Amino acid sequence: MKKLRIRNIDQGAIMKLNKILKNTLLLVFACFALSACATSKKTTGQMQGDVYTGTDTVEYLASGVPDRVFFATNESVLTTASRETLRKQAAYLRKNSKITIVLEGHADERGTREYNLALGERRANAAKDYLMTYGISSNRISVLSYGKERPVDSGSNPLAWSKNRRSVTVKAN
Amino acid sequence: MKIVIKIIFLLIIIPSKSFSLIEVDITRGNLDPLPIAVSPLSIDENSRQNFEKILKKKNIGEEISKIIEVNLKTSGLFNPLNKDAFLQAPDIANLKPRFEDWNLIKAQALITGKVSYLDEKLRVEFRLWDVLAGKEMVALAFTTVPTNWRRVGHIITDKVYQRLTGEKGYFDTRIIYVAEEGPKTKRIKKLAIMDQDGANNKFLTLGNELVLTPRFNPTSQMVTYLSYFRNLPRVYLLDIETGMQEVVGDFPGMTFAPRFSPNGKKIIMSFAKDGNSEIYTMDLENRIVEKITNHPSIDTSPSFSPDGKFICFNSDRSGYQQIYVMKSDGSNVKRISFGKGLYGTPVWSPRGDLIAFTKLHKGKFYIGVMRTDGSGERLLTENFYQEAPSWSPNGRVLIFYRETETDDKGEGFSAKLWSIDLTGYNERMVKTPTDASDPSWSSLLSN
Repeated sequence: MKKLRIRNIDQGAIMKLNKILKNTLLLVFACFALSACATSKKTTGQMQGDVYTGTDTVEYLASGVPDRVFFATNESVLTTASRETLRKQAAYLRKNSKITIVLEGHADERGTREYNLALGERRANAAKDYLMTYGISSNRISVLSYGKERPVDSGSNPLAWSKNRRSVTVKAN
Repeated sequence: MKIVIKIIFLLIIIPSKSFSLIEVDITRGNLDPLPIAVSPLSIDENSRQNFEKILKKKNIGEEISKIIEVNLKTSGLFNPLNKDAFLQAPDIANLKPRFEDWNLIKAQALITGKVSYLDEKLRVEFRLWDVLAGKEMVALAFTTVPTNWRRVGHIITDKVYQRLTGEKGYFDTRIIYVAEEGPKTKRIKKLAIMDQDGANNKFLTLGNELVLTPRFNPTSQMVTYLSYFRNLPRVYLLDIETGMQEVVGDFPGMTFAPRFSPNGKKIIMSFAKDGNSEIYTMDLENRIVEKITNHPSIDTSPSFSPDGKFICFNSDRSGYQQIYVMKSDGSNVKRISFGKGLYGTPVWSPRGDLIAFTKLHKGKFYIGVMRTDGSGERLLTENFYQEAPSWSPNGRVLIFYRETETDDKGEGFSAKLWSIDLTGYNERMVKTPTDASDPSWSSLLSN
């Protein structure tokens, strides 16, 4: 008798548990769908991972030649989009062989000043190396790191930070 | 036999005597600051008038005692009592305090003194008294030029602090820092220097070029810093007394993150070229340059141990920013930070036993300390953004800077200097005329 009762209770509990699980699962799914919507809305045309993909701050060296590339947090690896931008810059610089440039490397504000100076230098050099492989002579390129000293966006949020992690190609003459 | 008895007698007397006098323990957070009465330094009418003419201060004795009071209060270890309650006049108190009177207002220690005008100089004598034991603990006199009156207040505080805590003070010191103005995206930065208590603030550069990370030479009034003069970020040397400047890290690339060696004869710094930052030293006498690190990762923020035998630095050779220690020739590189998060800006304590650092973990910044082998990590303060600790010369206080989070419109940015005791207590903002960052604490100016 006692055993049966326990089983009954157990079964009841399991039934309840199933229900709870189903409901929570539904809830979790709903949340997931919502958050996916929210984040995808945020990221379309703005960020991919934490690399900025928008055009808000971008200026142009010439028509169709963006002046800057963006980086992930603590990274100096060029993204596919960055490489495309730099190939356009290289083509433009090959056509205009008298132009010399400064590559200005920047970091976001979420790091120590000295490390960011080194990181900005590393980012600008990543851009420099890529331009060189596309035929731009190193004596036309100088590198200048600003670390976190010259943000373009003064915001304290991930989007602002993504705009600030950048290497900007500036005409020097 | 007589001698033996005498020695035993001395042995018994001396410890019991020192035990009876007050002591302040600075090794733990002091939640019960020592009540101390700072009686205004007494001054005769003739001297008072002379100093009023020279210094435009009505009563220089009172002014000096105010400096002592503020110093003692900001140390967090002392509680200077309200002068209204003092029963004894300053001149009489300095001759022979009536200890019952001071006891009555609960003062445990008492500072008295006298200022006089002597041969166009400022002569000061002061005494520190143990009120409970009814004994004199320190009596000192010194003479200086009248314009040094603020320093007189700081030197007296140092003596009092040293007598009561058993460690040297940090009041007769200065702080060099970067003064900031303007919007976050176009900050104007100048080198500035002030006394430890914020007085005598002076700008050393005009703000035409970006300047960063000034650091004092521990043995002289020289400063090394990073300047973007002509858009070439280089390490410079500046003599505060003469205003003479010279570039020291003129390599084809960027030199940054400079600091002096403990004897002040070398500068250690980072040199970045082709996407790689390495640590170098330069001997300031013969200009011989030595490469200390050799690794394709970022190596920066170097700082010598006080004996000059080791260097702690920041590297991302493990993939992320961590703290490393090596011998001063670059050998025996060892990672010492193993906690969760990123670590930066290691600075060796002047006492040699600890390394202060900045830590970033889960979106928050911490100032902390760890032993030189990486053990005993202790986080002192958490904030949205703070970094770059610098030690007081006695290794008891850290000064650093903090930046605020901006609002949705990107407004509300500010940068301020803060200090905190090694104990994690006594956190306070250090007032500056403008926004401020990158503080560096000088050694004691006197002795």
